[in-house]
Amino acid sequence: MKISLKIKRFNPESDQKAHWETYALEVEPADRLLDALHQVKWYQDGTLALRRSCAHGICGSDNMRINGHNLLACKTLMRDVVKEGGTVTVEPMLGLPVIKDLIVDMEPFFAHYRSVMPYFINDEPLPADGRERLQSPEARERFDQGTKCILCAGCTTSCPSFWSNGNYVGPAAIVQAHRFIFDDRDRAAEDRLEVLNEQFGVWRCRTVFNCTEACPRGIPVTQLIGEIKQALTTGKLD
Amino acid sequence: MTQHHQFDAIIVGAGGAGLMAALHASKLAKVAVISKLYPTRSHTGTAQGGIAAALGNMEEDHWEWHMYDTVKGGDYLVDQDAAEILARDAIDAIIELEHMGLPFDRTPEGRIEQRRFGGHTANYGERAVMRSCKSADRTGHMILQTLYQNCVKQQVTFFDEYFVVDLLFNNAVGGRVCCGVVAMHIDSGEMHVFHAKAVLLASGGFGRMFKITSNAHSLTGDPVAAAFRRGLPLEDMEFFQFHPTGIYRMGILLSEAARGEGGVFINGLGERFMERYAPNLKDLASRDVASRSMYLEIKAGRGINGKDYVYLDIRPESINKYKSAPGGRTVTAEELEAKLPDIIEMMRVYQGVEPMKEPVPIQPTAHYAMGGLPTDNDGRVRADAGDGLVPGLFAAGECACVSVHGANRLGTNSLVDLVVFGRRGGKAMAEFCQQASFAALPANPEAEAVAELERIRTKTGQEKAARLRDEMQNIMMDNVSVFRDEPLMRVALDKVRELKRRFQQVQIDDKGKRFNTDLLETFELGCLLDLAEVTTVSALNRTESRGGHSREDFPKRDDVNWLKHTFTSIAQPSGAGLTQGEMAVTYRPVVITKFQPKERTY
Repeated sequence: MKISLKIKRFNPESDQKAHWETYALEVEPADRLLDALHQVKWYQDGTLALRRSCAHGICGSDNMRINGHNLLACKTLMRDVVKEGGTVTVEPMLGLPVIKDLIVDMEPFFAHYRSVMPYFINDEPLPADGRERLQSPEARERFDQGTKCILCAGCTTSCPSFWSNGNYVGPAAIVQAHRFIFDDRDRAAEDRLEVLNEQFGVWRCRTVFNCTEACPRGIPVTQLIGEIKQALTTGKLD
Repeated sequence: MTQHHQFDAIIVGAGGAGLMAALHASKLAKVAVISKLYPTRSHTGTAQGGIAAALGNMEEDHWEWHMYDTVKGGDYLVDQDAAEILARDAIDAIIELEHMGLPFDRTPEGRIEQRRFGGHTANYGERAVMRSCKSADRTGHMILQTLYQNCVKQQVTFFDEYFVVDLLFNNAVGGRVCCGVVAMHIDSGEMHVFHAKAVLLASGGFGRMFKITSNAHSLTGDPVAAAFRRGLPLEDMEFFQFHPTGIYRMGILLSEAARGEGGVFINGLGERFMERYAPNLKDLASRDVASRSMYLEIKAGRGINGKDYVYLDIRPESINKYKSAPGGRTVTAEELEAKLPDIIEMMRVYQGVEPMKEPVPIQPTAHYAMGGLPTDNDGRVRADAGDGLVPGLFAAGECACVSVHGANRLGTNSLVDLVVFGRRGGKAMAEFCQQASFAALPANPEAEAVAELERIRTKTGQEKAARLRDEMQNIMMDNVSVFRDEPLMRVALDKVRELKRRFQQVQIDDKGKRFNTDLLETFELGCLLDLAEVTTVSALNRTESRGGHSREDFPKRDDVNWLKHTFTSIAQPSGAGLTQGEMAVTYRPVVITKFQPKERTY
């Protein structure tokens, strides 16, 4: 089908402001948006800058705003966002500084990630038999949702609370903390809850649900944030 | 202004091998990890199936059986001392990952759960064994995340989105020594020189030489090409694995785990054809055997509707009909959805098929480089096919060739290769740093790298990188993939050399300095062209079929003449630009300890 891609461009070396450019393309309905962007970059305008790597929804490099929604470009099929003769609008994620075209500065996002101690902590003696720590299938299941996160920033950059104040630690960091708080092998739940109990921690969440909608991995982000709020309010981990 | 940094050790690549090396090396030495991507974007994260270790949590298992499977899987080109290390150290490595917090799936007793996987057997090939430790069907994602989390915990130094363009050597008396790397900071476009006592390359594979590939766009083998351009040999480059189950036309991988849970291959006549090609293991035969079988069916006109693909059938009624699930048990759609969530989602999203009701179109996809930088069992890079080493240079993971995978890699052996040899390489490098002093950098260390990048940026010419890349990927896929023969490979070699000449006339659109992905993609293309030439030269040279290297003109394995590794190098180092001139091939014997080569059937 013949379609148009309207892309928000910004060259830090020559532009004062971002501006729109529109490209005419021919695509198959089952092509991915990433394929369309590559068509532009490879055969029309090599200056188009974007991040991408695995091209099948795992690495999290190519989250961007497509028709106003945060999606992974490589997981978005053209037939789901445009019809014959139509236009797809593509812009960088909101809430993080734009470096060039569809590339944003991920440093603030990763700084929030590091701030919640997103790593396994257990200083107790290791099992005497030299083998793995035991964990029941039920205990493993309890924190499974948070393990799926690919740090694509789709949730955090779709959050109005994050847009209004980038000091908010953001949904992704909370999901990463949840993964460890509810892992019964870990011993630092209290420390992480303390980090999230701060002014720009979990209490900035206004239960808007954009994060849950944006997550390409199907993580119920709002629910996980709610479980952290509950843990902080009740003093109990369920 | 070029910025200079000094570290004891530099690791290039932040996937499983690089991060594992970093965790161990940084305990003893001042280490920095350089990656052209943010670490969690690395391709390790896409590995689905699992990580093999003879833990024996589900049924009896022994590292000797794993070693045998690896040697046989590699069609007897595996260095058996390396395979022994892989199989023995695997057990410990998985336990170390769990202690780091990796969320493995668990048995009812709370132990790490394991499942069957292609080529892994009990009792030296008797029957399939449950050896693959897993976390749903995203084991690679869990490993990458866990290793990165631990690097954050250990405060490892990272240079994210720095592109390594060149390796630096000090041509000291007595042989040259590696003393650092030159890298571009992608955001600013500024060049950086990293002075080090040692460098460990863990940059992954280079499947982007081929049109249909499971590899990420970033897998272009730049540091491997850099080493090759500096005159170092590459080992066994003719051995590239074509994984049987790539999504038709897209190359996206559907894990072997689907077959581990009972999925079967079906041809255009509705037959489960693997019964003919691999009577014992059938659909769980080794990948090269499966890919070749599919190709032969397609060639015989038994593709679906006579076309160039076959089906992967994971419908419960098919699995139950063939009793192909573990233990021959009956399965339900719900169970399959729980065990293979990501794979099933990919089939739905990218194929638009409902795998619980319809079979899925698949074709072989370029997946894994068995060859690469030759190393010893501790990751020290070899200078030649003899015993010469390159002091200060190490390699681990897919970009290295120990050789632990020989002519073909078994599924779930890559993740374990990363952690076992990543750890060994990191430790060996840290110990080296304790003894070594800094070798002086060459004068103007960044000059050649800068010259080549500036040449690309400013060139006016009539060629476009994207079109050259299409031509390279097509010829390599058509002529140097699952089945090869002399005339076709000669055509491919001529074509690649022509593309290398035309590369000098490429004009790019983006003339800027910051985040110039046009420039970097073009530089990457140059690296792929060099690697494509080495691959084709090596493939022409080996006149036998073995593992992933299959020739219609030499269809048999020839242990008399070819039980040896190939080392391919250029006569004239070419600095930071494309290589020119002839390549020479030398040989190194295969290390055989426990298992004499036998005919390889499944």
